[in-house]
Amino acid sequence: MPAIQSSATEEIHPDVALVERAKKGDTAAFEQLVRQYERQIFRVAQHITQNREDAEDITQDAFLKAYEKLDQFQGNSKFSTWLVRIAVNESLMRLRKRKTSKVVSMDQDVQTEDGSIPRDFAEWRPNPEQLYGQHELGDILRKTIQGLPPGFRTVFTLRDVENFSTEETAEALGLSVPAVKSRLLRARLQLRERLSRYFRQKNGGPIP
Amino acid sequence: MTCTDFLKQLTDYFDGQVEPELLAEVQTHVRECHHCEVVLDTTRQTISIYREHEIYEFPAELRERLHVAIMKKCAGARPR
Repeated sequence: MPAIQSSATEEIHPDVALVERAKKGDTAAFEQLVRQYERQIFRVAQHITQNREDAEDITQDAFLKAYEKLDQFQGNSKFSTWLVRIAVNESLMRLRKRKTSKVVSMDQDVQTEDGSIPRDFAEWRPNPEQLYGQHELGDILRKTIQGLPPGFRTVFTLRDVENFSTEETAEALGLSVPAVKSRLLRARLQLRERLSRYFRQKNGGPIP
Repeated sequence: MTCTDFLKQLTDYFDGQVEPELLAEVQTHVRECHHCEVVLDTTRQTISIYREHEIYEFPAELRERLHVAIMKKCAGARPR
């Protein structure tokens, strides 16, 4: 088949049409966007805040803000990236309010190398799924990500849980691509180190 | 290549974005350094285990309640 693709025939994301309709007051179009992304927004908020009630509030507030600011959405980025950015900001603000002593921002946590240098070199055998049941594994994964500094947790959540690209993560967090990469490496290594306590090969006997 | 150099390439390695001239060095290092081989393997598992497990439940009841609350909030607002 002859290639007749050109930039003019580039696919437009279906969200763009929904946003356009919603801007003109079509609430059904906005409701469809809510349906599409409510789960993702809730998951992102819960990962960052580690609190279900906060995540519920944030999800509501994020959609309300998005609705009120629809005209500011220019379509340069994906609607989902724009929406997640709103939810991340709401989540970090919520953490700031909760923690009176500590400032929470994306710039925090960067100074320390703690936990980012690999120390545990044991293999994970048998693999975690063979070692733990679903329920127990869920507890370990929740507990472990909870221990990560918020800035790292946020980058890891977008890049590795939500499967955003590095560029989309940078856009959603207002960070540069190198900054995302550096935080992501540390987040992954810290998680790996912490998980290794549970998953490391026991060398044939119980750990003393 | 040192272990520190290897770690610096880890993120790009997972993304398949290591410069071609560096890639062979990275692969040789992993073959020869057991520690880095383990770090590579267990970091890969760290990523996949979080990607594959939905660690927070989102039951239908919660979804419905949340959905209704969102739409109710937005009903009182206007897109600007």
